Amino acid sequence: MQQSNTDSEHRTTAEHSRGENVVNDPNTPTHAMDLGSVVRARDQYHLAEEKICLSIRDFNLYYSDKQALKNINLDIPEKRVTAFIGPSGCGKSTLLRCFNRMNDLIDNVRIEGNIKLHEQDINENQINIAELRRRVGMVFQKPNPFPKSIYENVAYGLRIQGVKSRRTLDMAVEKSLRNAALWDEVADRLHDNALGLSGGQQQRLVIARAIAIEPEVMLLDEPASALDPISTLKIEELIYELKSKYTIVIVTHNMQQAARVSDYTAYMYIGELIEYSDTNTLFTNPKMKMTEDYITGRYG
Amino acid sequence: MNLSLRPWLASGAPYIWLNAGAVSISLIMVVGLIALIAVRGLAHFWPADVLAFEYLQQDGSLTHIIGEIVDQESTTESHITHHADQDAARTFRRYLIKTGNRDHLGLDFRWVDQSGMQERHYPDELMVVERREWGNLYGYLAGIKMDGQDISSKENHWTQLQQLIDHSGEIFDEIRHIEKHRIGAINYQMEELRIRKKGLILKGDNDPDKHQQITEQRNNLQEQYNDLTVQLKSLYQSLNQYSFIARIADGKELTVPLSRVVRAYRPNSMSVFQKIRFYFIKLWEFVSDEPREANTEGGIFPAIFGTVLMVMIMAVIVTPFGVVAAVYLHEYAKQGVMTRIIRIAVNNLAGVPSIVYGVFGLGFFVYFLGGSIDQLFFPEKLPAPTFGTPGLMWASITLAILTVPVVIVATEEGLSRVPRAIREGSLALGATKAETLWRTVLPMTASAMITGLILAIARAAGEVAPLMLVGVVKLAPTLPLDANYPFLHLDRKFMHLGFHIYDVGFQSPNVEAARPLVYATALLLVLIIIILNLTAIRIRNRLREKYRAAEQH
Repeated sequence: MQQSNTDSEHRTTAEHSRGENVVNDPNTPTHAMDLGSVVRARDQYHLAEEKICLSIRDFNLYYSDKQALKNINLDIPEKRVTAFIGPSGCGKSTLLRCFNRMNDLIDNVRIEGNIKLHEQDINENQINIAELRRRVGMVFQKPNPFPKSIYENVAYGLRIQGVKSRRTLDMAVEKSLRNAALWDEVADRLHDNALGLSGGQQQRLVIARAIAIEPEVMLLDEPASALDPISTLKIEELIYELKSKYTIVIVTHNMQQAARVSDYTAYMYIGELIEYSDTNTLFTNPKMKMTEDYITGRYG
Repeated sequence: MNLSLRPWLASGAPYIWLNAGAVSISLIMVVGLIALIAVRGLAHFWPADVLAFEYLQQDGSLTHIIGEIVDQESTTESHITHHADQDAARTFRRYLIKTGNRDHLGLDFRWVDQSGMQERHYPDELMVVERREWGNLYGYLAGIKMDGQDISSKENHWTQLQQLIDHSGEIFDEIRHIEKHRIGAINYQMEELRIRKKGLILKGDNDPDKHQQITEQRNNLQEQYNDLTVQLKSLYQSLNQYSFIARIADGKELTVPLSRVVRAYRPNSMSVFQKIRFYFIKLWEFVSDEPREANTEGGIFPAIFGTVLMVMIMAVIVTPFGVVAAVYLHEYAKQGVMTRIIRIAVNNLAGVPSIVYGVFGLGFFVYFLGGSIDQLFFPEKLPAPTFGTPGLMWASITLAILTVPVVIVATEEGLSRVPRAIREGSLALGATKAETLWRTVLPMTASAMITGLILAIARAAGEVAPLMLVGVVKLAPTLPLDANYPFLHLDRKFMHLGFHIYDVGFQSPNVEAARPLVYATALLLVLIIIILNLTAIRIRNRLREKYRAAEQH
């Protein structure tokens, strides 16, 4: 265990230095894949000009004695889409799950450093976790609707908050389903069991369920990985729509998807944040050799 | 041989045969068991033809015998010592005849040899009279009397008798209603007043108003009671004025008061439809009436009622208890050595012999808890115990402990089947752990809980041994549920089908008469357990249907 850890760290450092060398030479072509075709036409984003929603400082996370996240420093801008990319097991989902403290559910997790949501440390003892999760919503890899009606699924979060008025609930359900681009498909069967929906519809239902409680941040953990291409497209369009209202953080395995939907992208590798910048720069002109290898497919 | 056997073994065919054989044998045993108790039990209610014959006895004299054939067997000569000089291997047939008239003959069953039976015939006028005491009477109707005067009309005294039996049956029901319900209620209230008065004295409360009030109420009740006794007296008079004369097998004439008669019928002259109708009347009487004659006649309604009520109270206790324990064990307790030990202990509890629970229930619940409850809450009733004696509540609680491991295990299994994704989905929406449990996890576990409940019910309904110690009696004078406040009397003793079977089969003074009832009662017990289980299974299936898709994640 100890040995392999040291090995991987060693390799990381080696590749790290290799990457820097490449960037230092401006004449070297920076990528072999034409990513320009998949990157949406968009305004140029600069992190320095953004309002910061989540800021992560010197963040470490250990499962028992195994370190899963190493010294992460990251600012996630408000009302933008930030994508985490990286190979399997690099810690991007773990990091995502720190933002709403989902990792609390796992035994033997220990953290260092801090994460601030609008200047409030979310790992403070006195913070109300349920309240935090209301502000930071989450959508999982596999659609996980409750075995209840479509209506009850969307109303779930509001009912938890004690909303009882039928009118308020009706309005919130309709609005959320419309925002999740699902209303037209389910308007006539709101009281049918949600498990009767297709996978793509279920995933949009889960998104509707999350936005019904009007969070500030939406965490999407590979939201389209279990879906067919058409459903994936719909989810991506939905993400594009939602970013006008919410700060979105998305974990994805699919680089084209990251390039299509995100404004900022972070590349992670074995618990470390390798590179973080606006999506255009990262995909067209990565500073690190490692990032370039990964996005051009030279890495596994 | 060896060569041809190996491929056959390898093909798996012998194992399929083995498995199929095991399944078939189990099925045959279950069906056979139910068929046996059904045939033996249900045949009892059929109005069999009544045989009359002359019987040649050993001393050469002839006796006239009337009765129903209820059993027969073939035996060999050697079993019967008085024919030992003849061919020992010769078989012959003998019949068990139900001759009734126990008050007159001493026994109501006798064995007769086929060889000695002469002039067998089935006279139409032969009647069977079911009596409230002394079992059936077989004989011929010889006359009807009112206040000692013969009033029978010669042409159709049978119809006359039927009308009079109906008439006195109505009077009898009225008397029973008054005695049981109205006088019963008055007695109950009187007892309450006595206890209240004693309570006042114990507390040293000498407020004359209160004592005065109690005395007034008691006088009031006493007046009502006197009115009822007057009414009863006149009813008894009109009930006792009729009687009929029956000529029995040996030619004697007996006078039987109609107040002792349940019904009279002439099976030999009944058509098949009449017999079917009669059969169902008897069957209904069996499930809806109270037992008579030390449980060997009449119905078993109190036992059915007691069994079902006890199982329901047990279910109400065991379900929340088991579910709460399982939720704590699975959701809140830190998984480790301690929870493992607790789980092993819980599983082992299910294997403890039930009589041990009975002893525990008697020692802990009845004597310790019940005794303390009596000291604290019912001091005015002492020395007569209220809860310090076996009763419905203690029986239900004892069975609840007996079955709680089953519910815990089933519920835990259900909880572990709820996918992690569903829990996380709920938590991510800002629900606390408790809210997640309450709104999402527990509804999804409902079908598993009910599976546990089904197993618990199946076990509890068939349990007899512990109940004998903590509340079941041979004959309970009152049902545990009645019209007297507080309606459900958890302190009362009750009757139970399982114990009833034991009692009728082995403790009965009249074993031959009781045997078919043992089978009928056993059949009913099996049916009740099946009905209870089917109800629970239907509820579970409906729930399971609802949540099946979610569990496949």
